[in-house]
Amino acid sequence: MSHSHTDHEAHNAEAIAEIKKVTIILSVFTIIELILGFWMMSMTSVGLKLAIKGTIVILMMAKAFYIVAYFMHLKHEVKNLIMTIVVPLLLFVWFIGAFLWDGNSFRNLRNDYDSYFKEQATIKVEKKEEEPEATKHEAAESKHETVETKKETTKPEPAPYY
Amino acid sequence: MSTTTTASPNEAKLWGGGKSPFSSEYGKVMMWYFLMSDAFTFGAFLISYGTVRFSTNGWPNSNEVFRSFPFAPAGVHAPLVFVSIMTFILIVSSVTMVLAVHAGKNMDKQGVVRNMILTIIGGLAFLSCQAWEWNHLFHEGAWWGANPFLNADGTASSTNFTNFFFTITGFHGFHVFSGVVINIIMLIMTLMDKFEQRGHYLMIEKAGLYWHFVDLVWVFVFTIFYLL
Repeated sequence: MSHSHTDHEAHNAEAIAEIKKVTIILSVFTIIELILGFWMMSMTSVGLKLAIKGTIVILMMAKAFYIVAYFMHLKHEVKNLIMTIVVPLLLFVWFIGAFLWDGNSFRNLRNDYDSYFKEQATIKVEKKEEEPEATKHEAAESKHETVETKKETTKPEPAPYY
Repeated sequence: MSTTTTASPNEAKLWGGGKSPFSSEYGKVMMWYFLMSDAFTFGAFLISYGTVRFSTNGWPNSNEVFRSFPFAPAGVHAPLVFVSIMTFILIVSSVTMVLAVHAGKNMDKQGVVRNMILTIIGGLAFLSCQAWEWNHLFHEGAWWGANPFLNADGTASSTNFTNFFFTITGFHGFHVFSGVVINIIMLIMTLMDKFEQRGHYLMIEKAGLYWHFVDLVWVFVFTIFYLL
């Protein structure tokens, strides 16, 4: 009787230790992501930015793994159950690859054959007044008017592309 | 035909009948399947966002769009700060949910009640943050079909950015809202001793699975909209 009781206590302590470990891992990964995000703001090199974005995606997948495996307890389930959940989700590998490739190809085609689309990406809109934004909060009743005028001035004509 | 003879003893035991081959309760397995379908819904949303972003020449810089903070003086910009608070709120509420599930396994009613209350508070805090952010963006002129922000390179932006942002964070926020409602129902059932009478707290585990899924989706939404 006392033997099973101590067994139970040991198991209990183990579970709590696991929760603590995963909490720390999730927090640390999130903090690293945020540090990378702040660092990226002042960055101009496109290649380095891409590398950091890749790192952030890897950290995101790692966080997802820890949430599913430990918080949702999937790691401690029977193998059959794990497989029925994980194997269908592998479709996402194809989904992401195929659709992002498709989007990229669509952009290239439009830049090649749709001169209006390409031209739109070169016309700079003059930076709107920054300061009236602050006053807008106070002027609650004229809010909608400001919204309307701002929309008109920033967008001289409706963009006909998606 | 020879499967029964070649199967390992463990496997034969699992599939031999008389017990669940998944060693799991029916409702829990079904919750997993529901979450899988929900994952495909969110995945479809996020992949369509990625496709449209890849097919567009310019895109707004999220650090210029999401840079506000409650009670911050005008002109002070704090990109990423508010959303990191939202992220930590959701992580902490996920941890309290695990602790509630753990307490439920030990038939510890007081532990379940305490951690469920903390989880509900976390969910409500997250929803309040999101309501504030939506309200703020709306007053800046952003809504479905209206995008006051320019692309990062200063060219005119389409409304795709705001449409996707409000649709996906809205769909996620609705999941948080329904999660909070489920958690409140679980709390009431715990207080009414429903689970003590049943002899198990499996319902808390199922609600926990849903709540962790909400946290899981936020990991993706947060990274894709605010960091990438």
